[in-house]
Amino acid sequence: MKKLALSFLLGGCVLAMASAAASAQAASGPVKIGILDDQSGVYADFGGKWSVEAAKMAIEEFGGEVLGKKIELVSADHQNKPDIASNIARQWYDAEGVDMIGELTNSAVALAVHAIAKEKKKIDIVTGAASSRLTGDACQPYGFHWTYDTHALSVGTGGALVKAGGDTWFFLTADYAFGYALEKDTSAVITAAGGKVLGSVKHPLSTADFSSFLLQAQASKAKVVGLANAGGDTTNAIKQAAEFGITTGGQKIAGLLFTLSEAHGLGLKAAQGVVATEGYYWDRDDDSRKFGEAFFKRTNRMPNMVQAGTYSSVLAYLKAVKAAGSKDPDAVAAKLKELPVNDLVVKNGKVLPNGRMVYDMYLLEVKKPADSKKPWDYYKVVSTIPGKEAFATLAESGCPLK
Amino acid sequence: MSELTDTAALAPAPQLQGKQQIWERALIFAGIAFLVAAPLLGVYPVNLMTLMCFALFAAAFNLLIGYVGLLSFGHAAFFGTGAYVSGYAAKAWGWTPELALLAGALSGAFLGLIVGFLAIKRKGIYFSMITLALSQMVFFIALQAPFTGGEDGLQSIPRGKLFGVIDLANTNAMYAFVLVIFLAGVFALWRIVHSPFGQILKAIREHEPRSISLGYDVSRYKLIAFVISCTVTGVAGGLKALVTQIASLTDITWQTSGEVVLMTILGGIGTTLGPLVGAGIVKTLEDHLASLGFPVPVLIGAIFVACVLLFRRGIIGEIENWMKR
Repeated sequence: MKKLALSFLLGGCVLAMASAAASAQAASGPVKIGILDDQSGVYADFGGKWSVEAAKMAIEEFGGEVLGKKIELVSADHQNKPDIASNIARQWYDAEGVDMIGELTNSAVALAVHAIAKEKKKIDIVTGAASSRLTGDACQPYGFHWTYDTHALSVGTGGALVKAGGDTWFFLTADYAFGYALEKDTSAVITAAGGKVLGSVKHPLSTADFSSFLLQAQASKAKVVGLANAGGDTTNAIKQAAEFGITTGGQKIAGLLFTLSEAHGLGLKAAQGVVATEGYYWDRDDDSRKFGEAFFKRTNRMPNMVQAGTYSSVLAYLKAVKAAGSKDPDAVAAKLKELPVNDLVVKNGKVLPNGRMVYDMYLLEVKKPADSKKPWDYYKVVSTIPGKEAFATLAESGCPLK
Repeated sequence: MSELTDTAALAPAPQLQGKQQIWERALIFAGIAFLVAAPLLGVYPVNLMTLMCFALFAAAFNLLIGYVGLLSFGHAAFFGTGAYVSGYAAKAWGWTPELALLAGALSGAFLGLIVGFLAIKRKGIYFSMITLALSQMVFFIALQAPFTGGEDGLQSIPRGKLFGVIDLANTNAMYAFVLVIFLAGVFALWRIVHSPFGQILKAIREHEPRSISLGYDVSRYKLIAFVISCTVTGVAGGLKALVTQIASLTDITWQTSGEVVLMTILGGIGTTLGPLVGAGIVKTLEDHLASLGFPVPVLIGAIFVACVLLFRRGIIGEIENWMKR
């Protein structure tokens, strides 16, 4: 009984602590934006606190104020745990008066917060997650998907590469749903474009040794080795492919989910020749350079599409609030879908009724170390993939919203 | 059976004097009253609900490590299975929450029976390794099976209507439901530990050969304890799926198995409510540190190291020990 009593008392104290910060705030206060992403795990470089910095840049561009209200930014590390993410999202929407949650790297997290936003009738704009379900069967009137999705990646890397002559493929596929989906979508695009898939091999999630898979890929004599995986698996596979001399041997490596951050992490020596699709590259035109350099000044690194996309999405949200004349989610969502997206990162973007922001993507190739003239000079732009081709139309997406 | 114990901290509490007992009962009621009143005091209820789910999980785990001396390193398998089964039952079959929870409990029990049957044949590190290996198999199934949604997880699980009447989408109703299940679960575990059956478990923990020589069928007792623990874990998982409305791979990974070990050690192994405090601390830290911009796992790791080095009985264990002196 003594133990029971004590423990209850202490448990009570801990619970009280847990709740201290959860005091309610008036919903009519400042415009509050929440950036929720992975800041300590495998995606910390993919988005991480750099995305928070990008959101700050968008807010500063607005002078920290919209409609005479202060713009506040909160951020949190979801540690790749959907439970934590959904708790934080609920608390933000319910108790802390957050009006929009952005970034949301990790598709389980994005889908969870997407559903919460629908329930609470609040805005969420995903920039960090890939799942095209967000604007497909899981679409909702208050949810938006900004930067990229699995559809754009497969069309971009698959289709554009076939056009560029890479017409025979061999896949290294992560042995789970994301890998299958990516391989299936990309294969369909390749065949439609007149290419051929010579074979594929499945590797377990988080593989350290890719040698046997890479040897099969090498033996297939396919012109392109497609990596239908993500994160550590992609970088490991690329590193080992460099050791096997796959790219120097004439085969191309196509990273289906590969960004500037991974290129930086690997270094040009290992990453050279890898082909990838991104919605933003800093050294592409004057505007993109302007944003890239401003970002570099603050963080000492160049942004990838997720970070640049977070800037664009926060800016678009604030513009929509301004245009709507209030932060009422219905009015803001309508404006987001109505206004074209034009900023330093995105040109002539258009938001579909399902929340998908459609804009041009770029097929990029990592440069050889000798061709890189300055720091972060990593990519050569191979071609532009028009937004209409890169993203699914409303009818194709399977979203019932009109 | 307390004669068998050499660690004083783990011995059952002695019978208390009347006055003290009243005082402590008052404290228990104060604790429960706090939980009941918390949402009315402006405490954010969803956090408390998730916390209670993990507290129940840790308490169930503690039944094994604290009272039978079995370190299961695969408990997330039962937690995750409970979450997936309850979630699927509620979402795809439209079951009411109480039936979905029952399904979660049964799935935990069934899986526990299989895993336990195989694992209790070995002791110590081998036992832990077998539970880990089998839980990894369960993880693999969760990763591959279509109904779990792979890495997307099972999303938008409806909370449904309790007994078809009370709408749990109402946060206060849900809170009351979780609180009742939580208190019932903890009370059941407390009753089990303090029953003659619990005494036998402790005897097995202290001296297995002597328990055998006294005529107890040790394997059967271990298996029963294992299945009970897994059942309650399944309930905790199912409850979590209903609260957060998602069941994802995180629930079933070995990291979650590790986390529950951490919670229990931090709070105090073999104390009735130590795991609850441990779960409270770990979950609160994860939630609150999330917005600090400091890597959370590093801090939790440091706390764990400090705990193991400085107060090995865990927080509740140390306090109890201090009060006995």
